[in-house]
Amino acid sequence: MAQSSSAADGLSSIPALLQRNVERMGARPAYREKEFGIWQSWSWAETAAEIEALALGLLNLGVDEGDFIAIAGRNRPYFYWAMVATQCVGAIPVPVYQDSAAEEMAYVLDHCGARFAIVEDQEQVDKIIEVQDQLHQLEHMIYIDPRGLRKYDHHKLHQYSHVQEQGRAAREEFAEDLAARRAKLDYNSTCVMLYTSGTTGKPKGVVLSNRNIIEASKSSAEFDHLTKNEEVLAYLPMAWVGDFIFSIGQAYWCGFCVNCPESADTMQTDLREIGPTYYFAPPRVFETQLTNVMIRMEDAGRFKKWLFDHFMAHARKVGPAILDGKNVGLGARLKYALGNLLVYGPLKDTLGLARVRVGYTAGEAIGPEIFDFYRSLGINLKQLYGQTEASVFITLQPDGEVHSDTVGVAAPGVELRIADTGEVFYRSAGVFEEYYKNAESTASTKDAEGWVATGDAGFIDEATGHLRIIDRAKDVGQMADGQMFAPKYVENKLKFYPNILEAVVFGNGRKQCAAFINIDLSAVGNWAERNNIGYASYQELAGHPKVLETIKSHVEEVNRSLAEDPMLAHCQVHRFLVLHKELDADDGEMTRTRKVRRGVISEKFEDLLGALYDGSDEIYTTTEVTYEDGRKGSISATLKIIDAEVVPVDAPQQEAAE
Amino acid sequence: MLDATEGYTTEDGRKIGGVVMEMKNITLRFGGVTAIEDISFDVHEGEIRAIIGPNGAGKSSMLNVISGFYNPQEGEVWYKGAKRPPMKPYQVARQGIARTFQNIALFEGMTVLDNVMTGRIRQMKAGLLSQALWKGKAEREEVENRAFVEKIIDFLEIQHIRKTPVGRLPYGLKKRVELARALAAEPSILLLDEPMAGMNVEEKEDMSRFVLDVNDEFGTTIVLIEHDMGVVMDLSDRVVVMDYGKKIGDGTPDEVRGNQAVIDAYLGVAHD
Repeated sequence: MAQSSSAADGLSSIPALLQRNVERMGARPAYREKEFGIWQSWSWAETAAEIEALALGLLNLGVDEGDFIAIAGRNRPYFYWAMVATQCVGAIPVPVYQDSAAEEMAYVLDHCGARFAIVEDQEQVDKIIEVQDQLHQLEHMIYIDPRGLRKYDHHKLHQYSHVQEQGRAAREEFAEDLAARRAKLDYNSTCVMLYTSGTTGKPKGVVLSNRNIIEASKSSAEFDHLTKNEEVLAYLPMAWVGDFIFSIGQAYWCGFCVNCPESADTMQTDLREIGPTYYFAPPRVFETQLTNVMIRMEDAGRFKKWLFDHFMAHARKVGPAILDGKNVGLGARLKYALGNLLVYGPLKDTLGLARVRVGYTAGEAIGPEIFDFYRSLGINLKQLYGQTEASVFITLQPDGEVHSDTVGVAAPGVELRIADTGEVFYRSAGVFEEYYKNAESTASTKDAEGWVATGDAGFIDEATGHLRIIDRAKDVGQMADGQMFAPKYVENKLKFYPNILEAVVFGNGRKQCAAFINIDLSAVGNWAERNNIGYASYQELAGHPKVLETIKSHVEEVNRSLAEDPMLAHCQVHRFLVLHKELDADDGEMTRTRKVRRGVISEKFEDLLGALYDGSDEIYTTTEVTYEDGRKGSISATLKIIDAEVVPVDAPQQEAAE
Repeated sequence: MLDATEGYTTEDGRKIGGVVMEMKNITLRFGGVTAIEDISFDVHEGEIRAIIGPNGAGKSSMLNVISGFYNPQEGEVWYKGAKRPPMKPYQVARQGIARTFQNIALFEGMTVLDNVMTGRIRQMKAGLLSQALWKGKAEREEVENRAFVEKIIDFLEIQHIRKTPVGRLPYGLKKRVELARALAAEPSILLLDEPMAGMNVEEKEDMSRFVLDVNDEFGTTIVLIEHDMGVVMDLSDRVVVMDYGKKIGDGTPDEVRGNQAVIDAYLGVAHD
């Protein structure tokens, strides 16, 4: 592919975009941070001055072109400036998760051979000092918050503001060099290197060029009509590609203001004060917010509770349709307007989402109820599907075409392809350059024509033309009759019920699907308390006939919803049992990040698995457990195996993957 | 040994100033009970000075003598080179001695911010009328003091509870708010009465770090009472040990640890 090394309009780097923003809107705010209880702000012109001072200071410290500079801290303007200043001097910023353990940080810093690290405070400094024996290339550390660091040896340790001061003082000496280095940056120069968290093996350094970042930012900003008037709250980890795109890529492209919270704990208050117009959050955040609302409503007075329930029911009915601009009767519209005045408006304000024009969620499946709740309030929440390797965007949901079970259409400039195995491939201007120092992984992920394997299996939904992601490609199997088996898809559907904490679905190479289920002790326990059902342990509650009945109704609901889907109708759960113990990382049944280990589980509970398929009604079993202090014990129980109703499915359908 | 006027340098290289406060032969009685008997010790500027001892040893009484809550029957308190006449607690506070309490004494119904603002009372000089109208001097003062209080809120990392009523906070945070209020008074000596009592390990670690940071950042002299031996030995520069109202040891943590009288009375066995 022949590609020009500069953008058509000459804006081929972040520093070039900064320059343009200073010229076009120098006085508009670029960054805000709440500090000492007040929102402090910096205009684009002030931002450019801060960045220049730091860049000069970095030159003064001897940063060379091509150096890697690690950046570890929470979202603060200083760190965003540090990234751009790094680019200005021809070096490459490497944002690192600030909460990563010393060893993890050591791996990343060593792998990229960072000569400099810009960090937040004593905690980060200590962490790096702890592992500095392993980091032969690290020369200087720059910190922002001097607290507790006064007495440290400052030969190789510098305060951020001092570096800037020295930079300003040495302006004459270095200004020319800085200008020259800045001028050299083009579309092919590396913009940033981001380490993927890596569920398997060591993290990989994804190299993204200016072309990747700027093209991805430009097309996605156009897709959602983002302007310089947007407000975003930067609160997601800076080492995550999403934050880089939202808070640097799109922010510099559009020229909108990035707001940084006062601390991680004040996020909710700050969100409300800023009232972002463009907002991203993983499903977990939306879930927690919804739970908080519901708990508070449970405690509200009867009239308020009635008002809330009444209008929320109405919102569920017509809210999404109104949001999508569909035909809704005048009466329903008037009632919605009244509801907005009394309930939705105040609620959105409390949530800090009153002004959200474009909201996204991604990362994992979001429960349809949760998704619909926000949409029914009139919040334009959409889903996107992305990866670090794609500079985020692979697919996006266009306004008015939002479905809770799809991830949208190919983002502008992205080509999609579904392989015979069901795996999703994509190609775009945002596709990463390479994994740093890892040609092997690069080659196995990205082919010569630029197609990248996502590792996810999916298909294009015929009705909507949207992409649907089903599962991780390696988890997808085949049932005995050759139909696709997608366990995680079914498990997620089950887990959307608050009563179900975990589910493990079996069916690979078998005629029918069956499941192990873990109940959620807090949700079910709460229910038991309200219904005067006494229980002494998880095991006792899990075996209670009423609980089993409830779970059965959930499974059957899932079956009904699966039956509506020709691709997955055969994945209905025929039989299930509620496990007598919670799946636990200490017993090796889950990973530390709470992902189920299918192999371990099917081996460990072989007898139970057998019972699911041999038609028996109950089974007696004994399981070894590990307590938190490492001691071992065993628990035994007789488990009931329950047949769930399934919806009959017609003859096997053809794969409709294209 | 220590030079009374010149100060000294600690093991970790901190420069400690001369004597800022000296207790001379203090005796405090409640009727027939002698709570403190003939105790003398000094506090240097910028040091962290601990008072330890078993229950009922008279530690809190000692702190109350320093803060002016009790006036001892015998003995003298010397502060900044002058003998202090018997004083009321508010007069002592005006001299720049602030304290926290063993049983938290905050205004439960008020927000954290308002509670900490009360610590600035000494710095507010506007008249009643001006305060009521909130014009001119009163407004200016409020803005200045709020700015100062916000620095402390930031320092102690309690931004997220700024507007929360104190009554709704967990114990560990209340302790931190109390410390914030004491710091708001810009004390030259800070008295901490069992700052870690009832805390879990993590809260203790946090609090220890704040105590060290306060000392380091503001140069505040700190006198603290504490039960947790590990904490005391780690934090303090010098330790006074009391038992049954008498002083049985005084010195660096290492010296105190090796002192036989102290071991017998309090520690039981020597820590490693």
